[in-house]
Formats: sequence, structure tokens, C-alpha cells
Amino acid sequence: MNGLKAGALGLVATTALAGTAAAEGSVCLITKDATNPFFVKMAEGAFAKAAELGVELRSFAGKFDGDHETQVAAIETCMAAEVDGILLVASDTKAITGSVQQARDAGMLVIALDTPLDPIDAADMTFATDNFEAGRLIGEWAAKTMGDTSDARIGLLNINVSQPTVGVLRNQGFLTGFGVDIGDANRWGDEEDPRIVGHELSGGNAEGGREGMENLLAIDQSINVVYTINEPAAAGAYEALRSFGMQDDVLIVSVDGGCPGVEDVAEGVIGATAQQYPLDMAALGVEAVANYAATGEKPEATEGKAFFDTGVGLVTASPVDGMEQLSVEEGLARCWG
Amino acid sequence: MQDATRTDTEAAPPEDEAVASFAGPTGLKGRIANLLYVSPAIVPLVVLLAAIAIFGLLLGERFFSPFALTLILQQVAIIGIVASAQSLVILTAGIDLSVGAVMILSSVVMGKFTFDLGLPPAVGVLCGLVCGLICGTISGYLVAFWKLPPFIVTLGMWQIVLAANFLYSGSEVIRSQDIAEQAPLLQFFGNTIEIGGAVFTYGVILLLVLVAALSYALGQTAWGRHVYAVGDDPQAAELSGVNVRRTLISVYALAGLICAFAGWALIGRIGSVSPQAGQLANIESITAVVIGGISLFGGRGSVAGTLFGALIVGVFTLGLRLLGADVQWTYLLIGVLIIAAVSVDQRIRRASL
Repeated sequence: MNGLKAGALGLVATTALAGTAAAEGSVCLITKDATNPFFVKMAEGAFAKAAELGVELRSFAGKFDGDHETQVAAIETCMAAEVDGILLVASDTKAITGSVQQARDAGMLVIALDTPLDPIDAADMTFATDNFEAGRLIGEWAAKTMGDTSDARIGLLNINVSQPTVGVLRNQGFLTGFGVDIGDANRWGDEEDPRIVGHELSGGNAEGGREGMENLLAIDQSINVVYTINEPAAAGAYEALRSFGMQDDVLIVSVDGGCPGVEDVAEGVIGATAQQYPLDMAALGVEAVANYAATGEKPEATEGKAFFDTGVGLVTASPVDGMEQLSVEEGLARCWG
Repeated sequence: MQDATRTDTEAAPPEDEAVASFAGPTGLKGRIANLLYVSPAIVPLVVLLAAIAIFGLLLGERFFSPFALTLILQQVAIIGIVASAQSLVILTAGIDLSVGAVMILSSVVMGKFTFDLGLPPAVGVLCGLVCGLICGTISGYLVAFWKLPPFIVTLGMWQIVLAANFLYSGSEVIRSQDIAEQAPLLQFFGNTIEIGGAVFTYGVILLLVLVAALSYALGQTAWGRHVYAVGDDPQAAELSGVNVRRTLISVYALAGLICAFAGWALIGRIGSVSPQAGQLANIESITAVVIGGISLFGGRGSVAGTLFGALIVGVFTLGLRLLGADVQWTYLLIGVLIIAAVSVDQRIRRASL
């Protein structure tokens, strides 16, 4: 069933409709791609909420992560359809702002989901995880778990060379939480703390996670803490460690909270993960558009932040003192994908 | 793709030394040119050894250790296997853009058939292998009988197979720990043998055995001669009694089967069954083949060269990372290598006239 839905989303020209005949408002959901479980789940959350509220939902996706053109075409289609609002997970956060402005000028509410636009106020509101906070939580957890961090040997498995904002925020959050001076907050790799062994790229997948971990081990085998951009990369890193018999010597932390990731936490593959809530992002987005269609009111940002924080939960099987944590069972109850 | 150099290749059938020496290369230069023509794997081998030597000098033991050197083998194993399949197709003057997609679909079939349908792991693996074989056979049939250009056929197959993969799998990952518990056979190629600090996975051994077997088949059997003949000049091959269609189908089918094996080995490497892995395998395999000295015009080159090509990429990638260079330098240098390799190929063709 999931497969069918993902496939339907993959056909860019396809518009999927949900809701009742007496639709109150209409909304477009545009994601980066239709294959990443994160976006598949996000779409499921949106469809469920749309059906509940009787809102008409059209869903679009790029052909792959980074497919800017298809997203522009999707916005144009949504404008032609005169929807009330657009929920957008942008592939190119700078380039898309022109199209977004056109949609806003046409009276639509544009909400960025998961990924803030650049600048962030190019959209009416952003519903996202606080990625810096997500990183900070796992960093603090790792530091507290180790106790004395002076002997820490840190490996960092980031996403890709372009240093996307989400990746930078998580990485810098982790280092901050762990107690490392991050230097320039806007890029990774400029830290001078000798405890850092190196940064490698994982592409956010298991294959890249394994290769990146192998490269880190080739640089220095004394690594004992590994930050990973997401759980597939963590699973790949664990495979690399396992192949060298080092899986019990290294603490892996990650971000996402997908169901396979939380199961990995349960089994000790991952020490702790910061869980985000894509279904909530989408559901809240649909609600906001429905509200806007009915009353003309726009959603407000979380106090003290430039965006609406959809929350983050620290999931671990080995809780530490002085932090709010979710058990594996609680994590599984709220996991996605 | 063949016309540009047709006159060059006719002068000296590459695999027959007797005929080549009949053409009479004289002087040292001529002999070297001839040697390079006859053994196209020499250039990549020299580049590989030089790269290992240079990185060894720069990095010392960190690079020049059994650990690091066998790590490179592990890292190129999957692409090396896929590139072997790609080599076969390119030797027939074709190209296969669907290799990565076939690999992933096969691995997903292995995982889903075992876990969702509850088949015994061995049957699941067999179904995955058959899946690869079928994909390859379809491409081969379209190329051989419908006379469609391989680029177009495999461009289409790439999309079809990849979409089928996502439709069937729903992008859902099968976790490493579940596989290890319930169907360890799927991770067979992830097992390792350690010999004095050197770590070989079964996947690496599969790669080496595959390259040896294909080298033998291409060099020593009638089928291998036919593959080269079809790639060099299909009309001439047809006239000499080679069944061109059957040869083409067998090449694409075998390539599909090898990709399915790559999918199996991939499960061993990443532990899990991931529908989103291997997205760049087609480009990376073509890179290895080209750097390995196989001519895109068909009919010239060896699978050993492909192995060297894949290893060159692996050596540069790990070596530059250990040196702490920005990863973009790796891409830049690999780009230079690709163009250099093709230029060398062209020069060798001309020099050997």
C-alpha cells in the first residue's frame, strides 16, 4: 500500500485527491522526492489530516532530492489550480524563493516544511524540527554517557559536500552539546578541537555511512564517538565497525527517529537518536492552510524562534540523568517510515 | 558509436598477436605502441601502481598497510562487480545504464521474497538472481532483435526497473539485524577472511573470481571471441558465421545476472536491504570501465583493465581522504583520469596503424 502511494506521488503530473465533496479549502504538498520514507510518511500524514478536515489535497514530488525544476513546475500547477495554500519541502532553498513569492502574491499561504527557505521569511511560516536542538540533545547525551570527555575521539559522518543547512545545524548542535567549540557556526570542518578525528561524507545512506566510517577508521582507529546525520548512515557505520570487531567500543548517535532507527536504538546499534515528527509537520501544515482558508489567519512562530517548532524527542535505551528522554517503546509509538 | 574509428580497428585485430606482428611494428616506439594495443590493461595497471606508490610515499604506513589496501578492495567490490557486467556490454559497443537499478531491484527481490513471502533465503536469493537475468535478457532482446540503440533501451530499462523497485519496496528498508537473525544467507558476501591484517570480504573474493572467470571466458572461449568480434564489427562477424543476435542477448543477460550478484554482495556490504542504495552505480561503473582502458567503440579492452580502473578510483578516493584533501579534488582528478584514459585509447589506435 505504501508502495502504491509512493509510486503515485512519483508521477509528478499525477494529482492525488483526498477529502469529501464539500471541501473546505485546498492545499498542495510538494516534497523533495517520493522515495525517501521521510517524505512518504509526511504525505501520509497530510492525506490523513486532509481527509479528516475535508480539505482537498494535491501531492507532488521532485524526481530526486535536488530536483528543483519539477518543484517549480509543481508550484505553477498549484497556482493554476488556485489552491489556498502550499506546503513545500524545498530542494533548492534559495532558487525556489522567486516562485514562492509569485504564489504568495497570488494570495496563497506558503508554508515551508522541514527545510527553511533561504531567507527563512521567504515563506509565510516554517514548520520544522529544530535541527540544532536535535544535534545538541544527542551531543549532550553522548557527553553524559561518556562522563569524562577528555579522551573522546570523535568521528563525524555528515551528508554531502554542499553542506546543506539541516546538516550543518545538526553537526554544530551535536558538537555544542558535546562541549566542542564549533568555530564558524555556518559550516562544519573548521573546528580545531584535537578530539575530532575527522569529517566524512555519508550521503545520508547506509552505503555511504559504511564507506565514510571505513575512511575514518583508516585515519584513526581510536575513534570512540560517532555522530551520524541520520539513521541509515548510522546503520552503515555500524556495519563498518562490526566488520572490524569494534562495534562495542564506539558510541553512535544519530537524528531522525524512523522506525528502523528506533529499533536500532533498542538493539544497541545506535546509542541515542533525536526523533523528529514529519507526520505532525504535514498534519499541522494542512490544518494551518484550512484555518487560513476559513479565517485568513496565518500561523505564528514558536516563541523565541523564527519558525514553528514541531518538536524533537531524544530516544535511547540507556537514559542519563538530567535530560528528558523517551524510552524505545515511546519512540516506536511515534516513529515514522 | 563505431564509425569514427572504423578504419583504425580494421588494420589490426587486437587479440591476435600473429596478425599484429605481421603488420610489422618497428623500433622501440612501435613495439610499445603494439604492446599497448595488444594488452590494453597495461596502461591502467601502470597508473594504479604509480598511484599506490605515490600515496604510499606521501602517507607512509597509514596507506601502505594491508588494512588500508584491502579496505580499498572492499570499497570497490560492488562497483567492480557491476563494472565487470558493464565491461561485457561495452565490449559489444553498447552501454548499459540500467546496471545499478537492476542490482537494487535484485537485492530488494531477495529481501522481500525472503521476509514478506516467507520463502527460504536460498530460494529468495535465487529469485533475485533470476530477476537480474530477466532484466538483462529483456534489454538484450530489444537490442538484438528490435535493433534499438543500447543507450535508449537501457535508459528506458533504468527508469522502469528503478520505478518497479520503489513501487515494490515502498522505500522500506529491511534492517541488518533482522537479516542476520532470520536470513544470514543474504549477508553471505559480508563474511570476512583475515590474513595478517589484510581483511577480505567474500564480496571481494567474488569480484576477483568473477574477473578471472570473465577474463578466461573472453580470452579462451569461442563465446569470448564472438563478443569481441560483434563489438568490433557486427557485419563482419555475421559474415564469418557468428550468431550476432544470440551473442548480444547472452551478453546483456549475463550482465543482468552479474548485477544481481552485485545486489547480493551489496546486502553483505551494507548489512541491510535498502531500495535507495546504488543510485550512482551506472555512472561509477562506466567510469571504472573507461579508466580501465576499455574502448567505448567496442571490441577492445579487458575485464582486468576494468578491475584496475575501479581500483584506481578507490586508491584516489581513500588516498586523498587520508591526505585530508577536500572531496571535490577526488571528483576533479577522476574527471581528469577519464579524459586522459580516452585520449590514450585514441592515440593507441592511431599509433598501431
